[in-house]
Amino acid sequence: MRRFELTASGSVKTLLKARYPQLVILALMLAGYIFAIMAGLIGSPVGSSNFSIVFVWIGWWAVLILVAVPVLGRGWCSVCPIPLPGEWIQRGAVLGPPGAKPRWLNLRWPRALRSIWLQSVAFLLLALFSTVLLTDPLVTAIVLAGMLVAAVGLSMAFERRTFCRYVCPVGGFIGLYSQAAPIELRIKNRTVCAACEGKPCYNGSAEGYGCPWDVFPGGLTKNTYCGLCMECIRTCPHDNIAVNLRPFAADLEKPTVRLDEAFKSFVMLGSAIIYSAVLLGPWGFLKDAAYRIGSYSWFMYALAFLALICVVLPGLFALCTVPGGEARTFRQRFARMSAALIPLGLTAWIAFSLSFVLANASYILVSLSDPLGLGWNLLGTANLAWQPVLTAGLAPAQTVALAGGVVWSARVAQKSAAESHISPIPVMGYCAGAALLLMWLLL
Amino acid sequence: MRRSEFTARLLIGAAVVAAIAVPLILWWRTPLVHARMAEDGGWSPEAFKATVGEPLHLRLTSDDVVHGFAVGKLNTPAVDILPGKVSDITLLFQQPGTYTFYCTRWCGLNHWRMRGTIDVGGEPSEAQPGGEPGAPLYAALGIDLDAPREAPVIPAQRPLAAVAERQFEAELASYIAGDYYRSHSPYEVWRELRADPAFAAQDEAQLWVLTAGIWSSNTTPQALAQGEQFFAQNCAACHGEGGAGDGVFAGDMEAAGQASVQSMMGDSRMAMQSPARLSDPRRMLAASPALLQGKILRGGMGTGMPSWGPIFTEEQTWNLVAYLYTFQFEYR
Repeated sequence: MRRFELTASGSVKTLLKARYPQLVILALMLAGYIFAIMAGLIGSPVGSSNFSIVFVWIGWWAVLILVAVPVLGRGWCSVCPIPLPGEWIQRGAVLGPPGAKPRWLNLRWPRALRSIWLQSVAFLLLALFSTVLLTDPLVTAIVLAGMLVAAVGLSMAFERRTFCRYVCPVGGFIGLYSQAAPIELRIKNRTVCAACEGKPCYNGSAEGYGCPWDVFPGGLTKNTYCGLCMECIRTCPHDNIAVNLRPFAADLEKPTVRLDEAFKSFVMLGSAIIYSAVLLGPWGFLKDAAYRIGSYSWFMYALAFLALICVVLPGLFALCTVPGGEARTFRQRFARMSAALIPLGLTAWIAFSLSFVLANASYILVSLSDPLGLGWNLLGTANLAWQPVLTAGLAPAQTVALAGGVVWSARVAQKSAAESHISPIPVMGYCAGAALLLMWLLL
Repeated sequence: MRRSEFTARLLIGAAVVAAIAVPLILWWRTPLVHARMAEDGGWSPEAFKATVGEPLHLRLTSDDVVHGFAVGKLNTPAVDILPGKVSDITLLFQQPGTYTFYCTRWCGLNHWRMRGTIDVGGEPSEAQPGGEPGAPLYAALGIDLDAPREAPVIPAQRPLAAVAERQFEAELASYIAGDYYRSHSPYEVWRELRADPAFAAQDEAQLWVLTAGIWSSNTTPQALAQGEQFFAQNCAACHGEGGAGDGVFAGDMEAAGQASVQSMMGDSRMAMQSPARLSDPRRMLAASPALLQGKILRGGMGTGMPSWGPIFTEEQTWNLVAYLYTFQFEYR
């Protein structure tokens, strides 16, 4: 499969190797992140008038799901400010070379937890409270602050970016869907890596830190766990690391999916379906149940939410992967076939996000001018009326996204099925059914 | 420490300090009056101080639903307060005293609890019209506001205050007099008319028409229009647009009343109650204007009926009282 090496350009490589451009972006992101926390704590409790809600759940989310993940994969992770304070404390420096002696506990993350199960659980926990999280600035501020504190705490107890790799509720699905992105970081020559002494890309050197994501670049075969932090480009003494442009979904040509990653696919697809029904659907009782946290109706909602994601969707999918396969390889087959859900899951989230991002985008200008809802009008746009944008193109765009997702998933299902020696048709039907359900909910 | 490391730390430190300091400064420089539903705290702050002749500028915002802001016994128009938006109002007081500000939008079951006070100090900048206010009429008359009353006789149909009373202008003069009208219920007047030989030729229905005429003569279309406006703004949420006790909060009040009775060991005297049916002729024809004035000014003492004494002026109260009788009498 053809690749175009972006780092073949000297200026691109220089830009990526230089620390300051990334650091400046990170500092700005950190300022925005802390500003969002402050806005949530002291600004208006009305979500549509508060920077924390508007910028996190409309602005950032739109950039993340509509641009960053589909195009840049884990590009967001390379400028995410959450690990910055923790890494500073962990390393004792922002740019300086790591000290020979660890400053903190520097523990290894327990082997049993080296998966994205925790990330899925964290996402599900937030998803169950999402109606409040997405509308209440104080709750958003607490969650944002909690993630920052967790990242710092884990950096002090464990080595590298443990929070990003194993805990971050956002990082899990970014990693999953980054396999579809047309950007990758890979080694150029495997032999060079095999012969490399000291493996500075993993262990660090005077030029930079060992891979914060606990990945040996020489073994990278998919984007899922590479945070695009660019440390390996800085530390590789052999100039053997490249950032490539590639066809979309190149990682899914020969999918390798673990069970925890398969579960993540169901978490994301199921969440997209439930959010579409609850947040965009016409059923008042559903919204009511989702909002009344702690009530009997909310517990029923939570039960249904978890049942759909943990039982119904995987159960139906399992039925699609049984015919024709050997019983002893079922688990492997199930996981491998779940790769077909990655394109559809991504396009489902794009279709869902288009609905509320286009409907609420006008709040961004208002919030820029009056970020705390205090009656300021810094840019003269504080009094703009709420106005949905580009709604004429919404339904066609959602239809194209979902239809494209089905076709894309069908192709992945074909490849996965060929390797599993089963028919792809049941999984194709599953994907088509999920897409039709989403179309019914969204259109 | 290397210069690059120092610069990097400075950059991050500056970003963090700016991200914390900027919103704090914005917040500190923008004191707002927050309006929340009464269950969630009402007004914050709920008391202000002002001085006669010095403008008091308030910036108001709502933390939940649409509220309104107005000050009782002050002519400044009410302002709406939208969620997440800021409304400005400037108040200017001519008289010292304690003023009550209140929510003017039906924001919830306990909407009427959304009140606060403004203590205005200083010397009066203009003479108070009519001098010092005396005791309200209902208090001067010693009316027991809570005594049960019911008109034993009611008209078969809503009487129309027509031209009939003009034929009896001289005979009705003493009945039309303001003091008499305000201290008697329509039923009491009707009963006295029936006993008056001057009206011996009138049947019961015609006597009700004359009674309606007496009530009509004690108000004006302008006063009724203002009374209607006050009723729509302040009363209809519970009593209903037509006074039938079926306002949008009536069901909630009944439910809240039942719940509170349970918590009070069955004592219903102070529990929130269903709103009074002002369209009920047996209730309203037994009520004098002074009695209604008392009920409006004092309120229902825990039953859910707010006290409007600190908010309505005397004229506004009488206009509202006059409007309440339109549920019984038709004026031409």
